[in-house]
Amino acid sequence: MSVNQISRGAPGRRGVRRRKFLGASVATAAGVAAGCGSSRSPWRFLTAREAFTLEAICQQFIPADQDGGAREAGVVNFIDRQLVSHYRRFQDAYRSGIARVDEISSARFGKPFGELTQERQAAALAEVEKQERAFFDMVLAHTMQGFYGDPRHGGNRDWVSWRMLGVPPLPVRGRRHYDFTKPQSA
Amino acid sequence: MALPKVNAVIIGSGAGGGIVAKELAQAGLSVVLLERGKWYSAADCRKDDLRNQRTTVLGNGFGPDDARNPRVLVDENGRERILLASEPGYNNNAACVGGGTQSYGAQAWRYMEKDFRMRSTYGAVAGSTLEDWPISYQDLEPYYEKAEWEIGVSGDDTANIYKAPRRKPLPMPPLPPNREQQLLQPAAKRLGYHPFDIPMLRNSVPYNGRPGCMRCRWCVGFVCEVDAKCGTQNTVIPTALSTGNCELRTECMAKEILTDARGRATGVAYFDAGDRLREQPADIVVVSCAAIESARLLLNSRSKLFPNGIGNRYDWVGRNLQGHTYPRAVGLFDVETYDDVGPGAGVAICDFNHGNPGLAGGGMLANEFIRLPYQFVNYVPPRIGRWGKAHKDFMRKWYRRSMAVMGPVQEMPVFDSRIQVDPKVKDYWGIPVARMSGRKHPHTLEIAAFTVKKAEAWLKEAGAIETWTVVPGPGLSGGQHQAGTCRMGNDPKTSVVNKYCRVHDADNVFVIDGSVHVTNGGFNPVLTIMAIAYYASDHLVKEWKGTRFRS
Repeated sequence: MSVNQISRGAPGRRGVRRRKFLGASVATAAGVAAGCGSSRSPWRFLTAREAFTLEAICQQFIPADQDGGAREAGVVNFIDRQLVSHYRRFQDAYRSGIARVDEISSARFGKPFGELTQERQAAALAEVEKQERAFFDMVLAHTMQGFYGDPRHGGNRDWVSWRMLGVPPLPVRGRRHYDFTKPQSA
Repeated sequence: MALPKVNAVIIGSGAGGGIVAKELAQAGLSVVLLERGKWYSAADCRKDDLRNQRTTVLGNGFGPDDARNPRVLVDENGRERILLASEPGYNNNAACVGGGTQSYGAQAWRYMEKDFRMRSTYGAVAGSTLEDWPISYQDLEPYYEKAEWEIGVSGDDTANIYKAPRRKPLPMPPLPPNREQQLLQPAAKRLGYHPFDIPMLRNSVPYNGRPGCMRCRWCVGFVCEVDAKCGTQNTVIPTALSTGNCELRTECMAKEILTDARGRATGVAYFDAGDRLREQPADIVVVSCAAIESARLLLNSRSKLFPNGIGNRYDWVGRNLQGHTYPRAVGLFDVETYDDVGPGAGVAICDFNHGNPGLAGGGMLANEFIRLPYQFVNYVPPRIGRWGKAHKDFMRKWYRRSMAVMGPVQEMPVFDSRIQVDPKVKDYWGIPVARMSGRKHPHTLEIAAFTVKKAEAWLKEAGAIETWTVVPGPGLSGGQHQAGTCRMGNDPKTSVVNKYCRVHDADNVFVIDGSVHVTNGGFNPVLTIMAIAYYASDHLVKEWKGTRFRS
């Protein structure tokens, strides 16, 4: 998967329109977004390159099999969304941490992380766990949140994890479906 | 700016303050109830797995907010950190009308008779300030009953042969058992334990004008969508307001208790919702902010007569911070255990609260509340890594085939586990923040290591094909069960308040919340906090009818 594919493929359905719009309008203002690396990033905080690396890390944490993995669940969309809201304080850690991951994998395998084979990604990630434990733990926690958490925050797209676990995704019981006058049985 | 004087100003509208407000207002006192948070309603339930009061990775569901309320934690290795309100280690309870009772799991335990006589029962424990309470279970019994009937408790503890005597049964029957209970209940009996239905501050049937539980999985950590959970926000606080004698002011942050030249409190200085500094004069000041913030407020209330804070003449304010150490056993089953029927916790045993050989106490054991998918991420056994295919496979295979049994171990109080006010860090309003330091007593961890084995045996008997246990580390306890920082006692040199919750060296200042607990029981503490609030209010009202507090 290339950088361009992920830019188009990753955002959730609702997000696509907004991001295409942003991408188009920002494209002419290249240079304004100095420090972002790419003015064409469809993301809120991450550059396209960073998102490419980050998504590969997340997919190692939760790979796809008969059920979708981190990529299919939109975990990077979750993280990117939090990085401009509740996780704003982790922006620097993500920026430098993702760069370190690419450094580590380039030093060991001659390529940035996202372009390695699955096996080499796993080996590089084990190295990251040793060298950059705080970053590793943070991304792992956020990946789990994006995958298993509530879809309203931008991950767990189509309730992929809840369906996998066998948890009813939509609570049909609620104030409109419930007879208050009778005690409920199990 | 000073406001018109009232009889009593109460700071904090949680389990303690809400009840005091109602009792005083009903007795005819004029009351102002200050709450730093907002008043949420059932519509604020949100069912948000990542932002509620139990899972706070995207913020606290019901306060306080991250932006304005830092604390400082000095960890067991002496490392000092400034924490946001939603971060682990902050030891948060809640900041809203109802306090923790609005979003709690709502277990409604009476402490046992021995829980009030820990020192007499077990003797001195080295390195611990273990002590007897100045009051007994019998003193509190009528008030436990009052809490059970006024706030509303369902459950059935008749099969609990260890319970202290009660005069009246619980007002509501238990909820029908979910699948976990159906497996655990007979297993406990086979082991010779004495299982029973957990008393819960939750309507199982319509009660007090509110409906019964609809049994969803978003319970502990959430506001109840149908208002079936009973807290002070939907019981005593509305009653207090209906007397016409009580005014509730939300989003008001107390700064300090004001005192005069004689050492009597004259009122409270606080910042209102618009950040204006106000003074509320009152005959009586009641502090009900939970163990950490109550201690902080007393320590921040300094004057010539109280250079180290009100009640702190002998350096006991903020000491002995306790919570509960929760060891956990997890079991995997070859049958489905998950039926999506909340709240989840339902069956408990008290076979290991006391009488454990060589141990100074113990704790109740019960099955855990429903684990939401993200919470289950950390319920993997050590043999499974933290990530990758193995972790995902584990989640998929075992989420619906697992149970956890856990329980609050009664902690050995530690004098140096404490709240101070930080010399440098201030909150949004410029008030020095709570500085938390200390660690668990080693014997607490020994007790936890014992009870968790019993929990594991219970799961095995219920058919678990694999089990493992997790005992917490030695770091400071507190959290939603926080208690102990303004100890109740007869001797002013070794306690902060007397047996009626009045601060020893300030005639008209009361601390009425978990802070006064001498020890914290092997149970969730809320019903005891409520009972103490009824008990202390009763005494306060009787004294008021003399002329004692009028200035």
